[in-house]
Amino acid sequence: MQYAILCYHDENVVCAWSKEQDDAVMAKLAVVQEKAVRQGKLGPVARLLPTTAATTLRKDREPAIVIDGPFAETKEHLLGFYIYDAENLEEALAFARELAEVNPGGSYEIRPVGVFKDGKQAP
Amino acid sequence: MSDTCRINAVISSARPRVVAALLRHFRDLDLAEEACQEACLRALRLWPMQGPPRDAAAWLIMVGRNAAIDAARRRQRLTPLPDEDAISDLSDNEEATVERLDAADYRDDILRLLFVCCHPELPATQQIALALRIVSGLSVAQIARAFLVTETAMEQRITRAKRKIGNANVPFEAPGAVERSERIAAVAGVVYLLFNEGYTSDVAEQGARATLCEEGIRLGRLLLQLFSVEPEIMALLALMLLQHARADARFDAAGQAVLLPNQDRSRWNPNFIAEGLALVDKALRHRRPGPYQIQAAIAALHARVARAEDTDWAQIALLYGALEQIQPSPVVTLNRAVAVSKAEGPAAALDMIEPLCEQLDGYFYFHGARGAFLLELERPGEAKVAFDRAIALANTPAEAAHIRLQLDRLAGAPRTGDAKKERVKNS
Repeated sequence: MQYAILCYHDENVVCAWSKEQDDAVMAKLAVVQEKAVRQGKLGPVARLLPTTAATTLRKDREPAIVIDGPFAETKEHLLGFYIYDAENLEEALAFARELAEVNPGGSYEIRPVGVFKDGKQAP
Repeated sequence: MSDTCRINAVISSARPRVVAALLRHFRDLDLAEEACQEACLRALRLWPMQGPPRDAAAWLIMVGRNAAIDAARRRQRLTPLPDEDAISDLSDNEEATVERLDAADYRDDILRLLFVCCHPELPATQQIALALRIVSGLSVAQIARAFLVTETAMEQRITRAKRKIGNANVPFEAPGAVERSERIAAVAGVVYLLFNEGYTSDVAEQGARATLCEEGIRLGRLLLQLFSVEPEIMALLALMLLQHARADARFDAAGQAVLLPNQDRSRWNPNFIAEGLALVDKALRHRRPGPYQIQAAIAALHARVARAEDTDWAQIALLYGALEQIQPSPVVTLNRAVAVSKAEGPAAALDMIEPLCEQLDGYFYFHGARGAFLLELERPGEAKVAFDRAIALANTPAEAAHIRLQLDRLAGAPRTGDAKKERVKNS
C-alpha cells in the first residue's frame, strides 16, 4: 500500500527559521529519507513553497474563480509531502515517527493513496 | 534543532502581533514593549517545561497584558491618581481577548504598529530604527551595530523617535479604506528601506547587516499574509527574495564586490529565486502594475537566465522606461541608461545621462556608470576624470576598490584593449 505522508506546520514558525536552522533540519531529514530510498520504499518527495505563493481555483461557483492564497486559512499549513510504500499503516507510521524525531513541531497526516500516476508513462 | 531555538522562532514570529495588540490596549509604546518583554521572559521560562501553547500570540498577549496591569497596580500604590485612560478595557476577560484575536484584528494591529513607526515626522533612519526595535524586537545593540553607531547614540535616536510620536498624538483608531491604502504604501516603503540598509552594506558588515535583509523578508511575508491580494506586496516580497538570492555571490573571498555579469550563478539561492519568480508571476496576473512589480520583473529577468550574456537587456530597458513613467527619478533614468548601453551601445546611454550631470553630481553610481560608458567609447581621458570623481564619492571600501580596478585597467591596458572584448562578449 502506498501512503501519502502530508507534512503540516505553522508557516510563520518555519519561515522564521534561520538558514542554518533550516539546513540543519533538512540534513537530518535527508538521513531518514536515504534509508527509505535504499529500501526502495520512498516515492516522490516534495517541499512546497509558502502559501503566500499559492493560488486557489474555487469551483463552487459558476464560473470558477481564481483567488490568491491557499485553499483555507488554517493555523498549520501543508508544507510538503512524501509518497511512501509500506506494508501497512504501522510501517508508514514508523517512518513518519522517524521523520518527526528530527523535525521539530508541526504534524504529519498519513493518508492511503488511491490512485498514483507518476506522470512519466506514455499516454 | 534544540527546544530553545524552536521557542525563539515561535516567539519572534508572534512578536509583531503581540506588541501590536498590547499597543492597542495600552496606547503607549514603552508600556507595550515592556509588557511584551515580560511575556517573552515568562515564555522562555515556562514553555521548555510545558511546551508552547497552541496559540502562542494569544498566550503572550494575555500574559503581557496581565503582567503590565499588575505592574501598574503596584506603581499606583506608590503614586496617587490612577490613570484610567492609559489602561483601557480593564474589565475584559481572557475569553474575550482570545475571541478578538482573529485575523482581521491582527491585520489592523500590525498595520497600525508599522504605521506608527512610519510616522511622516520621523526621518527615514529613525523610522527604520524604530521598526526594528518595536516590530522586530532587535536589541538596541544589534541595531546600533547594523547602523555603525554607538549603542548610546542609537538609544538616543530611538528615544527621540518615541518622544516625537508621543507628542504627535498618533490616533489609534482603526484606519479607514483610504488611510489603509496610503498606509500600506508607507509601510511597504519602510520594509523596503530596511531591506536596502542590509543590501547596500559592505562585506565587512555583512554579518550584522544580513539580519536586516532577512528581517525585511520576514516582514514582507507577514505583510503578504495580511494583504494576500495586493500585487505590490507580492512584488515587494519577490523583489527582496530575488535580490537576497544573490547574497553569497556578491562578494569574493577577498571581500571585493562582484558585479552581476561576473557572479557565479551557481551560488545564487535557488529556493529564493523559485519563490520570487512564483510571486512575480502571481502579481502580474492582476494587471495592476506598480513600481515594485516593475522592479521585481527586472530582478526576475536577471534571475531567469543561467548565463549573464543571455540577459534580455532590451526588455530590461523597456521596464526601466515604464518605471520612469510611474516614478520619475534621475536614478531610474541612470539605471535605464545602463540597460540601454548593453542593448544599444554606450553612445545612446551616454546621451541619455548627460542631462543628469547636475542632479546626480554627488552620486557615486552616476560617475561610475559614466566612466564605464566613456571607457567603452574609447575616450580614456574623460573616463579617468569620471572614475576619479566616483572614487571620491565611494560609500564603501568595496565600491572604491572596484573603481580603482577600472582606473588600473585604464592606466595599464593598451588603448583599445578590454573595452572592445567586452563589447563582443555582450553583443
